[in-house]
This record gives sequence, C-alpha cells and structure tokens, in this order.
Amino acid sequence: MEQSWRQAKSIFMTLISAPLFWLVAFFIIPMGIVWLYSFGENSGLIDIAFTGTWSNYAHAFDPLYLGIFAKSIGVAVVTTFFCLVLGFPVAMAITFAPDKAKSWLLLLIMLPFWTNLLVRTYALIAVLRTNGYVNMTYQFLWERTSGLMTLLGMQPLGDFHPAILLYNNFAVVFGLVFVNLPFMVLPLYSTLDRMDRSLLEASLDLGAGHIRTVWNVMVPLAGPGIVSGILITFIPSLGAYLTPDLLGGPDSQMIANVIESQFKRANNWPFGAALSFILVYMTFIGVALQGVIESRNKRRQA
Amino acid sequence: MTEAIARPRKLPPAPLEYLRRWPIRLSVGAVLVFLYAPLITLMIFSFNDSKANVVWRGFTLKYYIKALHNDSLIQAFSNSMVIAFFSTVLSLILGAMAAIVLWRFRFPGKTVFDGALAIPIVVPEICMGVGMLVFFAKVLPWPQEMPWPLNLGNIIIAHVSFSFPFVAVVVRARLASFNREMEEAAKDLGASEFRALMDVVIPHIQPSLIAGALLAFTLSLDDFVITFFTAGPDTITFPVKVYSMVRFSVTPEVNAASTILIVVTVLLTFLALKFQGSQALTAGHGADDK
Repeated sequence: MEQSWRQAKSIFMTLISAPLFWLVAFFIIPMGIVWLYSFGENSGLIDIAFTGTWSNYAHAFDPLYLGIFAKSIGVAVVTTFFCLVLGFPVAMAITFAPDKAKSWLLLLIMLPFWTNLLVRTYALIAVLRTNGYVNMTYQFLWERTSGLMTLLGMQPLGDFHPAILLYNNFAVVFGLVFVNLPFMVLPLYSTLDRMDRSLLEASLDLGAGHIRTVWNVMVPLAGPGIVSGILITFIPSLGAYLTPDLLGGPDSQMIANVIESQFKRANNWPFGAALSFILVYMTFIGVALQGVIESRNKRRQA
Repeated sequence: MTEAIARPRKLPPAPLEYLRRWPIRLSVGAVLVFLYAPLITLMIFSFNDSKANVVWRGFTLKYYIKALHNDSLIQAFSNSMVIAFFSTVLSLILGAMAAIVLWRFRFPGKTVFDGALAIPIVVPEICMGVGMLVFFAKVLPWPQEMPWPLNLGNIIIAHVSFSFPFVAVVVRARLASFNREMEEAAKDLGASEFRALMDVVIPHIQPSLIAGALLAFTLSLDDFVITFFTAGPDTITFPVKVYSMVRFSVTPEVNAASTILIVVTVLLTFLALKFQGSQALTAGHGADDK
C-alpha cells in the first residue's frame, strides 16, 4: 500500500523537493515563458511586450504557414504509415520467435535507436547523395548493362543520369522512417507478446488462412499497441528538425525548421513561440486521443 | 553436411512459427538491411584510403589519426563527455527521487506531478529547445567567460531536464516488482525511514539505476536539437560539430569520428543489457514500462 505523505513528512519533503524544483524551474517556467510570448508582440529590438494578442496564432493560419503545417502532417502521416507496414511483420517475427532469437532480434532493432541521430542522418547522406553508394551501384549496373547490350549488337543505354535521392521530400520521408522505425516496433511487439495465442490457433484451425488470421484476429487484438506505435512515431516525425534540415531540399521545410528560423534568423520570437505551442497542443491532442482509445478498449474487455 | 543427411527432412513450420515463413523472413531481412546498411558502409568507408570516399582504395587509419589531431573535434568530444557525465549524475539522483516519491506516497497533486513529469518525454524536442533558448536568454543568462567546464552549465541543465523523467520511468518500472513488506520489516526491526530506504529499497533498484544512468548518458550524448538551441555560439558539442562539418561535405574524417561514437554506443548498450536484461533496451519506449 502506498503511504500517505503525512506519515513521513520529512522524508517525503526531502524526496520530492529536488525533482519538483527542477521540473518547475527548468522545464515548466521556460515553457511557460514561451507560452506567454506566444501572446506577445515585438517591441523594440530585443524586448517582447506581453499584450495578450492572438495575432501570432492568426498569423500561423496564413496560407503559407498552413501549407507548411499541411506538409509536415503529410510527411508525418506517410512516415508513420511506412513504419507501421514495415514494423508490423518485424514485431510478429520477434513475438513468435524462439526465446534466444527473440532477444537477438530485439537487440538488432534497438541498436540503431541508441546510435547518435546525427551520425545516422550523416550515414544516410553518404548513401543517398549524387555520388553516394546507391548511385555508384546504379551506375555500375547501368554501364555493365549498356556494355552487354552493345556486345549483343543492340543500342547502348545512353548516358548515365544519377538518381536524385537527396535534398527532396523522398529523402526526408526515407530519413524519418529510418530514424523512427524502432519506436514503432517496440509497442507493437509488447502488445503482440501479451496476446492470447489460442485465439490465433483457433482461427487457423477453423480454416482461416494466415493472411485472414493476421488481418481479422491479430491486427484488431493489437489495436492498443498500434495506436501507441502510431503516436510514438507520429509526434517526433511531426516535430522533426534535423532530418528535413539535412536531407530535405528548399521545399521540404517542416514546422520545426520554420520555428528555428523565427527564433534564430527572423527574430520574431512571439510568432515562433505560437508555432511551437501549436505543435505542443497537437501533441497533447494526440496523447489525449490515445488515452480515450485505450480506456474504451479496456472497458470493452472488462 | 553429414548432419543434413542424418536428419530427416525439416519439419514444416508450426502454425505460429512465423519466423520460419518466407514472407516474414524477407521483411525482417529487408528491415535489417535498411537499418544497418548505411551505418555499416559508413564504418567501412572510414578506413578507406580515398578523399572522395566512394570507391574503395585500400585500408588506412589516417583519417582516425587526422580526427584525433583535429583540436576542435577533440574539444567538442570532451565537451560532450563532460556534459553527459554531469547530466547523468544529476538525472540519476533526480529521477530516482521522483520515482521513489511516486511509488511510495499518496499526496495531493500526485496525478499532476506524474503527468507533468511525462511532458518532457512526449513534447517534440524543438519546443523544449525553444523554451531553453528563451530561458537562458532572458531569465538566466549564462556567463560564457566562466572557466571550463562551468561554461557548459546551461547545456547540462537543459539535458537534465529532458533526461531525468526517462530515468524516473526506468526506476519506477523496477520498483513495481519490489515487495513493500521488506521495507516494513526493516522498519519493524528498528531501521529509520531513511535507513530502510538506503539499505533495502536502493539495493533492490540498483540494476535500474545503472540502466537509467546509461540511458541518460546516451540521451545526453545523442542530443542535437536542444543543445543547438541552448548553446551559445562558442560552446560546441560533438553532435553540433558533426552538424557543421556535415553541412560542408562528406569527409572520411567525419566517418572516422562517427565510427568511434558508434562503437562507444554499442559498448554502452551491451553494458545496459548486462545489467538489466532486455528491459534496458526498451527503456522509456516500451509499453512494458507501465
């Protein structure tokens, strides 16, 4: 049983003071200031006056910024979709693997997550750039095929044009999937692992094929895991800064890049603050939605 | 060979042995190639004796030597290590305290504290980075002329703010398996509240403290966005340095530095595994932690 804090006041106070102080002083207050700024206006070169205006939020609904929001959401949706489609079979494989293979597979999936984000993004640049490894392989194959065709007396393939794989939206989605895939696999795995296997066996025994069993039994049962997997990949993708910055082109700006430029270059802090708080609100909505879905699921099971 | 002859033909996979079915095998293989091919090529080509760094021209260690002689890179690396060290120590203490309080006590505002502690985990990095930028610009300007490593204080503070809630999650997961009666027995036998905590609870959560420390260390070493917003123009950490190098070009020197970092991370991961089993792997991100 949990103890009431009154029974051991001194130890309770000692234990809670430091984390509470830190959380308030170095997280809540900074975020609170940003929140206040989102209702403020620039006055003078570096001063910001809190005027209670909604104009920063209104500014965020300009077609230009609405477009960027739409684009960010689109990129995050596509990323989450690919993570789910790629991650589900992997989670299945881990769940039904023998114990030893299970821990190795988990390790293999999680190891990249522990690796520095910047290093991983850099690795993608080296692979995807115009004279990167993908294009080198492509060129090699192209020239060999061309040579072979000449040898056979056919028209050669013509000049080699490298595929443009970097500095566009494709690269951003590719990079985000690369970075976020492990986040998707984990929650999927942990729900699949707790699933009642006899239901799957029953479905197979009663004549449903594997595809039907997966689609009609496994996927609905894994619902909560799918929801939290979607959330855990969608939020970081929506607020991604580094990936669009390093892998994207001039038209791949996402919200985070706009926020950065408002704070570091355009020096319009109130507007940047409003944009980042829109992102925070979206996060809260996502978390709340997940909570609602989860409690509804629990009620159904009860 | 003989084994294959001696054994009867392989049994077909059992209904739920999905790992033995080809579509699943294929997708697992494809995902692993997708996740590892870029990292492994990066590591291999750090030993490549060519500036253009595309075609293999023989083995060399010269880019490692070059990276080790690059003073600003070394400076950035030691900054990162110092920040990660202090951030880990502070996060560990704060995280463990928060976890114990939430596990042990009922108090008014508990749900609020619990929820507030989860915000730094879910909020996008950029929002927190902006918060830190504003905070250190307006409320607590950090003097940059302080002697090293005190001038890194603002980055350390920022890192602790996003790391200690993760530590709290890991420690709390471990506390869930603690039998409260043990602590009560200690108290019945005359131990004070504090003594019971230190001698009975802390030893039980020790593996999670180690796993939490490793998590905090990696999170700090890994962070780019928040550091980028918090740091003044003169303080550079390893990710910030790599960022500015990458903006110019892809060079074997960056490959070498990255390879060193990957090796450090892999070693840390194996340490975490040794101390907390596979639970450490998923720290803070699995539904297991609930």
